[in-house]
Amino acid sequence: MRFLFKTDYDQDIRLFKHSGQVFWYSLLVAVLLAVPYLLDEYLMSQMHFVLIYSIVGLGLMLLVGFTGQISLGHAAFLAVGAYTEALMQARGIPFFISLPSAALFAAALGLIVGLPALRLKGIYLAIATLAFNVIVEEVITRWESLTGGNSGRHLKAIELFGIKLDTDASFYYLCLGLTIVSIVALMNLLRSPTGRAFVAIRDSEISASCMGVNLATYKTLSFAISAALTGIGGALYAHKVTFISPEQFTLLQSIELVTIVILGGVGSIHGAVLGAAFLIVLPQLIAVAKDYLPSNVAGSGLQAVVFGLVLISFIVFEPLGLYGRWLKVRTWFELFPFYRKGMFRRQKSYMKSERLR
Amino acid sequence: MSFFKVEKLGIRFGGVVAVDDVSFEVKRGEVYTIIGPNGAGKTTIFNLIGLIYPASAGRIVFEDKDLTGLAQHRVAELGIARTFQNIELFEHATVLQNLLIGRHRHRRTSLWEELLFTGSVRRAEIAQREAVEKVIDLLDLAHYRDSMVAGLPYGVRKVIELGRALASEPKLLLLDEPSSGLNPEETDEMAFWIEDIKKGLGITVLMVEHDMNLVSRVSDRVLALSEGRVIAEGTPAEVQSHPAVIEAYLGGAAVSAAA
Repeated sequence: MRFLFKTDYDQDIRLFKHSGQVFWYSLLVAVLLAVPYLLDEYLMSQMHFVLIYSIVGLGLMLLVGFTGQISLGHAAFLAVGAYTEALMQARGIPFFISLPSAALFAAALGLIVGLPALRLKGIYLAIATLAFNVIVEEVITRWESLTGGNSGRHLKAIELFGIKLDTDASFYYLCLGLTIVSIVALMNLLRSPTGRAFVAIRDSEISASCMGVNLATYKTLSFAISAALTGIGGALYAHKVTFISPEQFTLLQSIELVTIVILGGVGSIHGAVLGAAFLIVLPQLIAVAKDYLPSNVAGSGLQAVVFGLVLISFIVFEPLGLYGRWLKVRTWFELFPFYRKGMFRRQKSYMKSERLR
Repeated sequence: MSFFKVEKLGIRFGGVVAVDDVSFEVKRGEVYTIIGPNGAGKTTIFNLIGLIYPASAGRIVFEDKDLTGLAQHRVAELGIARTFQNIELFEHATVLQNLLIGRHRHRRTSLWEELLFTGSVRRAEIAQREAVEKVIDLLDLAHYRDSMVAGLPYGVRKVIELGRALASEPKLLLLDEPSSGLNPEETDEMAFWIEDIKKGLGITVLMVEHDMNLVSRVSDRVLALSEGRVIAEGTPAEVQSHPAVIEAYLGGAAVSAAA
């Protein structure tokens, strides 16, 4: 067990809380840098998806996990990012302009979707964002002159400053770089006043407002930043799959994205990445399991059933998600043999004022 | 110039007149307490001052600025902080973070600086912590500084809420039943702190309170409400012995029996 004795305010603020963290995260980055030399083509492809979904997961985590606003429409922002990238590339606009444009365009749309969030809460906000998802999907399908409708759009490999990123390794490093930049930016935000305002809104809107937090500004801002990250994820996704069409951005996709946040652990940055990894690994495990199952069980519906079961069991048995589970395991080892059940249980045992809602 | 003034304030919820024609004035540097039986409209007045409810009638004037019609978050920016009767803390944040959110109105950094965490953000964060540390010292919260609020005992939460309001360096502090749910020792401490806040920090306090011991110990002036109307105003002793106040608390029969 490590005890931190704080003697300096900088110890509160810095990203790495102690030298152990510096070591382990450096090791992690080193391993990630070596990945292209270790994995085969198929696994590399899965790593691409893990990183892309991590970026999207980070965006959704900011909104759901840190600002407490639900969204069942994030596939729409993914679509906006993907189509912006596809259309701009088709017009010969370089990647270093088209990627920020994808983020900005998604963010602008996020601002618009954020507006109903000022009045809607919980399930009603979920329905509003769900409707937004359906609208965007429909627009993409019908606006054939722009998006190609159901016949979709093809993308070429990314060209960055004259270098073609057409190998698995180069695309992987691009995704890895963007993931790390997103994580650092998000952590920076969360340790400054804006991030605290988000958390304040999540935990108590009424007292956030009484402390001078402008709910309207910060809610829409959270939607915008979340959408921007999802837009970046969308652009990378488009390049990864090289062909995009409306059926990739349905409500089901939105639910998968929410799954990342819930499985990973609501309210933790680690959770977004762990959740993304889990979301990619799970179908592989199901595919492996199918070989050992009787053919009438191993039908096409199996994946949806397993996903649903996993989601429900996490909500019931481990609301803190994968990251919460990891914290528990770590604490168990650190405190051995003194770990006791319920150490992570947090109660809200005191009456909250209902009158102010 | 008056410091804080409420003029002919009123609000009705459907047919219920919760606050009716209430006027009072708080002078800079005093502790002003509102008392009254349950349902007298004390907390409603706080919610009207915090612009949580829009007033149906009247004005709320703070340093010659009319609050009515402003956006909710502007109240805090002008320098009015409050606590809640039923504790409204940020449960899944540490005590330090809670107090830092109290300093939201003193933030000076822009979004882009924060995303990059530039030197100016780092300096601002350290300055915010220095300010918050004074509150932590005053209220003796150092032990809980880095603990999550969820799971802390009720008495401590009450103090954290006071701390969060103080961290914003308000000119006027609204305390909604600071002693409710506290044991006698904790109430005693609360009384010391309210005196400290008034004398040491020079913050004006407007308080709603039921515990008459605490009220007479710290208040300079007291306003008694009943059924949304003002029934008496004056020093704690004057108000406590006012016949209308006794009637409101104990009923008309008690007054005639006492007489």
